Amino acid sequence: MSVVTLTINDELVSAQEGETLLSVLHERGIDMPTLCHLDGLSERGGCRLCMVELEGSARLQAACVTQVQEGMIVHTHSERLVKYRKMILELLFSERNHVCAVCVMNGNCELQWEAAKIGMDHVRYDYLNPDLSMDASHDRFVLDHNRCILCTRCVRVCDEIEGAHVWDVMGRGVNSRVIIDLNQPWGTSQSCTSCGKCVQVCPTGALSAKGATVAEMEKQHNFLRWILDGREKNVWSYGNGK
Amino acid sequence: MNRSDLEAMAQRELQRQQAFRCRILCCASTPCLSSGGSAVYDAINEAIKEGSLDAEVQAVSTGCMGPCSRGPMITVQVNGAEEVIYEHVTPEIGRQIVAQHAAADAPNREATPEVESAPSLSKHVLPGDIPFFVKQKKIVLANSGLIDPERLEDYVAHNGYKALAYALREMTPEEVCREIINSGLRGRGGAGYPTGLKWDMVRKARGDKKYVVANGDEGDPGAYMDRTLMESDPHRVLEGMAIAGYAVGAEQGFIYVRGEYPIAAKRLERAIRSAERRGLLGSRVLESNFNFRIDVRIGAGAFVCGEETALMASIMGMRGQPIPRPPYPAQSGLWGKPTLINNVETFGSIAPIIQNGAEWFASIGTAKSKGTKIFALAGKVDTTGLIEVPMGITLREIVYDIGGGIPDGLAFKAAQTGGPSGGCIPAAHLDTPVDYESLRALGSIMGSGGLIIMDEHSCMVDVAKFFMEFCMDESCGKCVPCRVGTVQMHRLLERITDGSATMQDLETLKELCVMVKETSLCGLGQSAPNPVQSTIHYFLEEYEAHIRDHHCAAGVCTLDKRPVTEWVHA
Repeated sequence: MSVVTLTINDELVSAQEGETLLSVLHERGIDMPTLCHLDGLSERGGCRLCMVELEGSARLQAACVTQVQEGMIVHTHSERLVKYRKMILELLFSERNHVCAVCVMNGNCELQWEAAKIGMDHVRYDYLNPDLSMDASHDRFVLDHNRCILCTRCVRVCDEIEGAHVWDVMGRGVNSRVIIDLNQPWGTSQSCTSCGKCVQVCPTGALSAKGATVAEMEKQHNFLRWILDGREKNVWSYGNGK
Repeated sequence: MNRSDLEAMAQRELQRQQAFRCRILCCASTPCLSSGGSAVYDAINEAIKEGSLDAEVQAVSTGCMGPCSRGPMITVQVNGAEEVIYEHVTPEIGRQIVAQHAAADAPNREATPEVESAPSLSKHVLPGDIPFFVKQKKIVLANSGLIDPERLEDYVAHNGYKALAYALREMTPEEVCREIINSGLRGRGGAGYPTGLKWDMVRKARGDKKYVVANGDEGDPGAYMDRTLMESDPHRVLEGMAIAGYAVGAEQGFIYVRGEYPIAAKRLERAIRSAERRGLLGSRVLESNFNFRIDVRIGAGAFVCGEETALMASIMGMRGQPIPRPPYPAQSGLWGKPTLINNVETFGSIAPIIQNGAEWFASIGTAKSKGTKIFALAGKVDTTGLIEVPMGITLREIVYDIGGGIPDGLAFKAAQTGGPSGGCIPAAHLDTPVDYESLRALGSIMGSGGLIIMDEHSCMVDVAKFFMEFCMDESCGKCVPCRVGTVQMHRLLERITDGSATMQDLETLKELCVMVKETSLCGLGQSAPNPVQSTIHYFLEEYEAHIRDHHCAAGVCTLDKRPVTEWVHA
């Protein structure tokens, strides 16, 4: 793999060819908000929080799906970008019923954290207040559509890591919903292995473990890295896990 | 089938057609069928049978003739030469037409009683020299309305598959690409990317398998260019795809048809079957070493599937959602293979370019936009319908000459091009030449070819709201700015039209437009604010009148609410 050199916020940076811009930013410790990206899952490019400016390109690009290139000149925190990130977060908060005060994830929520970090103190748009349901039919987990931001981490982790593909998305636009199997109660799903990976990767309180009340839910994303690293080293293969 | 068989087939068909003294061409595309075209066709066939005229008179169901608001349309060809065009034909008028043109001049037949009522027939004659026909230049739609789309022979008789035969025998794939590049043809789906460059990119791309995809998922409200082309001349699209397949090295093509176009899908399926049977598609096309199969894929009603990456996801059986580019389909498309994807109208332009040469095509149009463009002329003009005009024609010519002006003596207000991705062009810019660059400079786009004319009874805020509602419904929901942003923009527009908005809402709307445009994932979101931005740009005083004075000059909006702030202060 060859090395490429690029300029990020007026600083020369070298990176591996084929790396995404986002991973370089994270390596360099540059704070870049993300919601749909999760280390270990395929990229989606849907939350649009990691948009960056590339000199010579009229369009903004999402860092998570942009590969580094030699001579790239990147700006990550221009006034315009920060303003857009704030607006996107406001849109997310206006979309569904994100009431932190009564949420199991209060204090541990990625959406809340990103909003706090960027200084989003109010929402200028109408709250859409959709009438959404919860699904508590599973023995151990709860799905709450009111908190879902449609990042589809659950869909991807179930398909790519667990291999069960229980989750998917139905409907379109603002009426999209994550669904279980063919839109059935979670508890009746035959394909769900109850592994709980979806719950652990969910950035908000949309998926939580039963028994947690307000602000009690905490999630462990790093299990994903642990699984993937373990697979790479053949930790669980017969005769290889020395 | 080889080249000489093709020629023989054309000759046989021409002789067969010339054997009829009179041919009555009945439009059988969707607009005419919905205004009663099939009853007319049946009545004419009955009249022919009753008069035992089967050997002399032939009724043919053809494709679109253009002036759709005047349908059902009929063209009568007498002795293969003179043509008379009839509009608003009813089954009764159809019978009279048979009597007039067939029975009347028949050498050994007496005039039937219907002939006496001929004066009433003359009311239905549409002169062939009116600007609607004269100002058009038909290249892609040349066969539309002349041939029976369900008969391969009819297409072959009109020089069909000649271009494919020529390309396979006389040209290398590289030469085909070069020819398309030289012709200056640009993508007719809306963005206007040079077609030849795209072909060359796919040709040079490395891959054991490559695909050709025709995008027939036309979804703009009021636009039906692609439907008409697929319904009226399906073989033209297939021939263009086969030439593309040869040029880029693909052996499989897909034509993605919108689910709402059952007639188009049926005729394409039929066309593919008959072409395969004759060896014009399938393995060893025209006895060459080139194999090319085409399959039809039918959409399930999502506008976003007109976006190329979402369309390919749909073809592969996945949820129709766009994915970020790059990689572009030319590098990694269907099943990760290099894929050429063009609009059906683009493919419809290929055969004439190969046949008449790149210079001929490049001589039509403006410096940067070559050839012709099909528009679906709709809204407040005298004659609405499907028109094909050379690039560079002015909007004024389209509206006042071809369209026949605004009815009821009202004034022209704006022309909306490009559907929900386009913008509104005000009267001040009526003399702008219609090409990719000029329209973009005006804040609109060429788009796929929807052209809606509005008079002074149209409220521009209401128009913007209509298109925003469309985008809101059609957003796939993948990226946040488009999914939620369109809903919020629609809310703000709703407030402006019901009277409860403040000037601050207008600022919020403007700001949202820019953000959604710049951060959305695919073309749908990136262009969804266009109708709002262009109406704010050209008709700002209308927005302000709605908000400040609670006044809608066009009388469309109810404006029966008041801003919350007003009753707080009261």
